[in-house]
Amino acid sequence: MITLNSKIPDGPLEEKWTKYKKEAKLVNPANKKKLDIIVVGTGISGAPAASSLGELGYNVKVFCYQDTPRRAHSVAAQGGINAAKNYKNDGDSVYRLFYDVIKGGDFRAREANVYRIAEVSNQIIDHFTAIGVPFAREYGGTLTTRSFGGVQVSRTFYSSGQTGQQVLLGAYSSLNRQIKAGTVTMFPRREMLDLVVIDGKARGIIVRNLITGEIERHSAHAVVLATGGYGTIYYLSTLAVNSNASAAWKAYKRGAAFANPSFVQIHPSSVPQMNEFQSKLTLMSESLRNDGRVWVPKVRGDKRPANEIPEEERDYYLERRYPAFGNLVPRDVASRAAKERCDAGYGVGPTGLAVNLDFRDAIKKQGKKAIEEKYGNLFEMYKDITGIDSYEEPMRIYPAGHYTMGGLWVDYELMTTITGLFAIGEANFSDHGANRLGASSLMQGAGDGYFILPYTISNYLAPEIKVPRIKTDTPEFQEAEERAVERINRLLSVKGKQTATDFHKKLGKIMWDHCGMTRNEAGLTQALNLIRELREEFWKDLAVPGSADELNQELEKAGRVADFLELAELMVIDALNRRESCGAHFREESQTADHEAQRNDDEFAYVAVWEYNNDQPPVLHREELKFEFVELKQRSYK
Amino acid sequence: MKLKLKIWKQKNAAAKGRFETYDLDGVAPEMSFVEMLALLNQTLIQQGREPVAFDHDCHEGICGSCGMYINGYPHGPVKGLTTCLLSMRHFKDGETIVIEPWRAKPFPVVKDLIVDRSALDKIQVAGGFISVSAGAAPEANALPVRKHNSDLAFDSAVCIGCGACVAACKNASAMLFVSAKISQYALLPQGRPEAKERVRAMIAEMDKQGFGSCSNTGACESQCPKQIKLFNIARLNREYYKAL
Ligand SMILES: Cc1cc2nc3c(=O)[nH]c(=O)nc-3n(C[C@H](O)[C@H](O)[C@H](O)COP(=O)(O)OP(=O)(O)OC[C@H]3O[C@@H](n4cnc5c(N)ncnc54)[C@H](O)[C@@H]3O)c2cc1C
Ligand code: SF4
Ligand code: FES
Repeated sequence: MITLNSKIPDGPLEEKWTKYKKEAKLVNPANKKKLDIIVVGTGISGAPAASSLGELGYNVKVFCYQDTPRRAHSVAAQGGINAAKNYKNDGDSVYRLFYDVIKGGDFRAREANVYRIAEVSNQIIDHFTAIGVPFAREYGGTLTTRSFGGVQVSRTFYSSGQTGQQVLLGAYSSLNRQIKAGTVTMFPRREMLDLVVIDGKARGIIVRNLITGEIERHSAHAVVLATGGYGTIYYLSTLAVNSNASAAWKAYKRGAAFANPSFVQIHPSSVPQMNEFQSKLTLMSESLRNDGRVWVPKVRGDKRPANEIPEEERDYYLERRYPAFGNLVPRDVASRAAKERCDAGYGVGPTGLAVNLDFRDAIKKQGKKAIEEKYGNLFEMYKDITGIDSYEEPMRIYPAGHYTMGGLWVDYELMTTITGLFAIGEANFSDHGANRLGASSLMQGAGDGYFILPYTISNYLAPEIKVPRIKTDTPEFQEAEERAVERINRLLSVKGKQTATDFHKKLGKIMWDHCGMTRNEAGLTQALNLIRELREEFWKDLAVPGSADELNQELEKAGRVADFLELAELMVIDALNRRESCGAHFREESQTADHEAQRNDDEFAYVAVWEYNNDQPPVLHREELKFEFVELKQRSYK
Repeated sequence: MKLKLKIWKQKNAAAKGRFETYDLDGVAPEMSFVEMLALLNQTLIQQGREPVAFDHDCHEGICGSCGMYINGYPHGPVKGLTTCLLSMRHFKDGETIVIEPWRAKPFPVVKDLIVDRSALDKIQVAGGFISVSAGAAPEANALPVRKHNSDLAFDSAVCIGCGACVAACKNASAMLFVSAKISQYALLPQGRPEAKERVRAMIAEMDKQGFGSCSNTGACESQCPKQIKLFNIARLNREYYKAL
């Protein structure tokens, strides 16, 4: 049975991290090269972690399943990265950034962690700039910023709509420098299949070489998971299609507790699904709602082209329901409202699962050129995908799974409940509570990797210098490898009729319908049964062509879907347990008279931390959230 | 719509490849090219046949995973699009489409449409970085950068590392790719201290990896999905001569 110790240093909020760093143990330079560290993942958390640990002199091994680290999902982040620089002189500060993240997360994150990420945010911008990331600039040559939803200051640094690409390529370049220096060894096209725990400590991983199918053993003194989020559990999401939960899930099954698994952010504006073969929902930036008006026809099932529906037959439902915020209500509110209209039969487009985002009035008022200057690239991308010219007719948008606030539970040192296993970036649960604010995930990932983990992992490794290089011929490695091989053989031997994708789509629909934007007791209970049935069907009717000893993309998918089928159940259990609404988690039973999320701080001001319990139901542990520095308030948008 | 697909099948790097012909029905015009291939694979698996291996991940034209010759063109016949953003609207009902992996000596075929592009990583490892470690950076605004230069650096930095430029070039030259990276750093003051070492190391590695030389045909520019401009190559040459 695990015991939770969040290891938060005592003392004033502003002094906790300084105090920690002052007291943390260090490893002397000569000893660092004797210590091996495995980093799984090369996104905006993993690449920075690996390069900075390499810079310190540790012997680092890095893994990713893409053909090169530069293609990690982080490359697709669009809008920007936050920092408390206060370059705009508009009243920003570390404290304000901290407060916005805590409040945006609807008071379900740990104060000390959030304050620390705000504290290191400025250093991240300094570092990226120094390594050549071309952030947008003013004519005077200094960096510029823009505003993002949910805050009153302008603190988001960006490179056009490709910020993720630019910061990831920066992190990749530093990784390359360490590869050249020999401190980092890169293992691309490897998929972690299991974690090896020896005497209670994480000591290695089992990976599959995705080209040859060979199973490999890799050992280390510490293991870091930077394996991203699991929004792809909905099948259709804004994430890269290969993103998955497997590494975190395997860690969970070896003893790393999972926190708030049901906290998922659904983004209100993505290009909607157009046909059943669609595999991805492309994000359309939140900024479009500055000028676009959201509407559906007033008559149910009205199939006329949008431009033929006269003004008086249009329902601008956000403006109607939220006169104060109108089209600019926060993400979760906009998403729920769109779903409500479509469920009631008012949706537009061939599937009825879309709403209009109309620029007609804005173009009339400001001219086409002004709109083009602001959103040209988005209109272009939309046209590439749909063939629709949004200068002439409305865009169609629909909400999509986007980001998972839940993840592996970590303490202040970013260590999971398995000693020596760390989790960083979207893979952990730490900073965003029940809802993430825009542009703060790149900040968190890079902050974890560059400026937090290097300190906390050294504190862990200092006593490990006496431990010789870990051998891979131990019974623990043997057992983990056998487990991985057995699983692969099991997947290949079902020889049924349905593909992994068929099952993924079915699971996605269950999760979307019952554990998506809104949740209720009956639906969640039903989902539990549906998931269990689907899992049974999976192991009876899965079709995986080919063999284990070759490049086999269907086998890769099947393994990921098998894990999703288990994680889905934990998400539902977590959503059932939390009988309150907070942030993106909206329990229909817990809403105010005007249908807003109703938090219940008396009963639920805690992190729900789940421990794996073999075939028994998972065990719930509670990390009580103590708010010493901010006052708990109900969020209001009206 | 209905299509006839002639696709290169090759079991692994050592095996001999050949074209295989498939008939595919039910293709919707709004599908992307990779979704069309996913539909093909779904159909093949249900028939108990081998699916076609191909790389893809973001489906947004940003990760650089996807890429194949489509009717002889890298990323297909439409300018400025990656394979994942190429929609089937650009093809006709009943059309025959020929699909092949990148053909370039430095990119050996791994399986079917998947090639090994690690040679591009090796060029970056050789010198595609600025040597500043975490913790050593000065305050971000301590070094002002002319906006014009910063914007140009960004235009070069959007390269997605897909390798279409190499595939498009009859000499299998990687000059457009290398010039994009060199330009980004050459245009920024942060990149100047190591400019000479960088360009020498990256060019040497490019040669070592077996990429051909540039004969200025411009095929790379016309096939680059991110519209990286040829004048980057001129800048690369300038940087190289300065470094000799
Ligand atoms: C469309 C979109 C736009 C976004 N825009 C923004 C934005 O503007 N600002 C912002 O702050 N955030 C944004 N986000 C969120 C942000 O991009 C992600 O949260 C963040 O990039 C995650 O980084 P990461 O390092 O945790 O993981 P990822 O970038 O997802 O990387 C995961 C890594 O782990 C590896 N991996 C995973 N599993 C395994 C395994 N089993 N074996 C081996 N390797 C494995 C992968 O290969 C990969 O290298 C956006 C997200 C989306 C979907
Ligand atoms: S230069 Fe263009 S074609 Fe070449 S790798 Fe970069 S994006 Fe691809
Ligand atoms: S799949 Fe990422 S660029 Fe095409």
